[in-house]
Amino acid sequence: MDNDDDHKPVRPVLWARALLVLPFVAMLWVSSYNKVEPMVAGVPFFYWYQLLWILIAAGLIGIVYRVER
Amino acid sequence: MAVNWTALTIFIALFVFITFLGFFAGRWRRGDLSQLHEWGLGGRRFGTVVSWFLIGGDLYTAYTFIAVPALLFGAGAVGFFAVPYTVMIYPLLYLVFPRLWSVSRKHGYVTSADFVRGRFGNRWLALVVSLTGIVATMPYIALQLVGMQVVIGAMGVETSGFLGDLPLIIAFVVLAAFTYSSGLRAPAMIAVVKDTLIYIVVFAIIVAVPLHLGGFGPVFAAIPKAKLLLAPPPGGSMGSFAAYGSLALGSACALFLYPHSITGILASSSGRVVRRNAALLPAYSLLLGLLALVGFMAVAIGVASMPEMAEGFKRYSNNFSVPALIIAMFPSWFVGVAFAAIAIGALVPAAIMSIATANTYTRNIYKEFLNPGCTDAQESQMAKIVSLVIKAGALVFIFFVPLQYALWLQLLGGVWMIQTVPSVILGLYTRFFNGWALVLGWVSGFGVGTWLVIQNNFAPVYPFSVFGTTVPCYIALATLLLNLVVTTVLSLVLNAVASDKHRDATVASDYV
Repeated sequence: MDNDDDHKPVRPVLWARALLVLPFVAMLWVSSYNKVEPMVAGVPFFYWYQLLWILIAAGLIGIVYRVER
Repeated sequence: MAVNWTALTIFIALFVFITFLGFFAGRWRRGDLSQLHEWGLGGRRFGTVVSWFLIGGDLYTAYTFIAVPALLFGAGAVGFFAVPYTVMIYPLLYLVFPRLWSVSRKHGYVTSADFVRGRFGNRWLALVVSLTGIVATMPYIALQLVGMQVVIGAMGVETSGFLGDLPLIIAFVVLAAFTYSSGLRAPAMIAVVKDTLIYIVVFAIIVAVPLHLGGFGPVFAAIPKAKLLLAPPPGGSMGSFAAYGSLALGSACALFLYPHSITGILASSSGRVVRRNAALLPAYSLLLGLLALVGFMAVAIGVASMPEMAEGFKRYSNNFSVPALIIAMFPSWFVGVAFAAIAIGALVPAAIMSIATANTYTRNIYKEFLNPGCTDAQESQMAKIVSLVIKAGALVFIFFVPLQYALWLQLLGGVWMIQTVPSVILGLYTRFFNGWALVLGWVSGFGVGTWLVIQNNFAPVYPFSVFGTTVPCYIALATLLLNLVVTTVLSLVLNAVASDKHRDATVASDYV
């Protein structure tokens, strides 16, 4: 996975980096997810929504990485 | 409790295996271990996969895996703040820390205090950053021992008196020996084994328990209403929402400033490896989030009311909830594997933490203030010895100081660590701040933060009053604001009368 262009400088792409604000907004807006419904497979919203954001944030970082390569 | 021989045998066998691995690791990608960056950073040669295991094994410690579910088991929803916390750390890792990697590579920095020394040309500021890292990490190492103590006790091995302390002493002597001889390569190699075990164990629990209970429905149905969600804020207060968010954000700001996190990052082979891992490390967060739910599963299974678990809960309180669930649900051989995973999970971060604190002591205190003329070999030798002293200190701490003090110190550690945000994180972006202003900002945040924590009887969230509204906020985050205000105002003044900007040893092109 590691190759020679690993040491080339990364050119920041601002619109992509702006995506990285979303996880902060979502997680700090606590009142938006402090509820039981809708449940998924018996898991209250509060729990599955925050777990889902782990994946969304990882996906966003992946996108920024791709764009800036 | 009777000794569980099957579990104990498997536990010991796995432990012996990783001991061999630890000593063997010194030969892996062989380097000259008499150089500090070879011993203490593995030669900055770890690629994406090894870094993933190393940083993951470093941040998600055995103590986390015991304490987070225990918090949900006891306190309910608020314990889940570990999840938003780990959601927010990776954007920060992606944006900020490749810059630190690149400037450190260019100038041979091994610690964050090295960077601060070069950037601000102020060795007293570097001393403050270094000392903060050391005192914040020490109780953290001690807490790793707690995770180990719980699982050893849970297998029925007596853990009181001198004989009871013996297993921990043996484990730490082994740890000390392979860290001394192999440096950072040892925990990197062991992390691969440890995390493979942890992933297997957690997924087994996550699948087996809901299958046994008939899905996740009964798990959450067993949780009292008041603990299932955060309490809605009363009028005139931002209540538990502000507390929850500020705990997550404050913890996220502090995490990568700990010396052991910096060591993991700087040991990567390039800034791109760090960036890639910002997208890949969240797999560990998912693991932690699922594991947190195991705390609720322990409630649903009813481990607290099982007579055979009573002694464990009496001794280790809620920290016993995960081990109790594992014992109640799984055959002995699997208990051995699971407990070995937790115990080895304590060794990896403990090793990295002791290496990281040894690096910063040696670089930023010993070489800077005590023996400026030391050779590279002397420097590396000093770090090896200090890593031993630090581990011995952690052992003494856990045997002679009540556990409560370690927890309090770890809380204070977070409040202290975050005070280095302006010097390290903001310092990577701007040279606006003045070195002495940063020192005084740190003093104000450290002083007021410590005072508030003590005033607050060591609860992390303080009910601040802002224009008549009560805003419960994590003390670390609030005092970081104070620190920033003090630093900014003093920087404006000092830049006008006695600018230290010419002391910057770095240039813009060092940060890519």
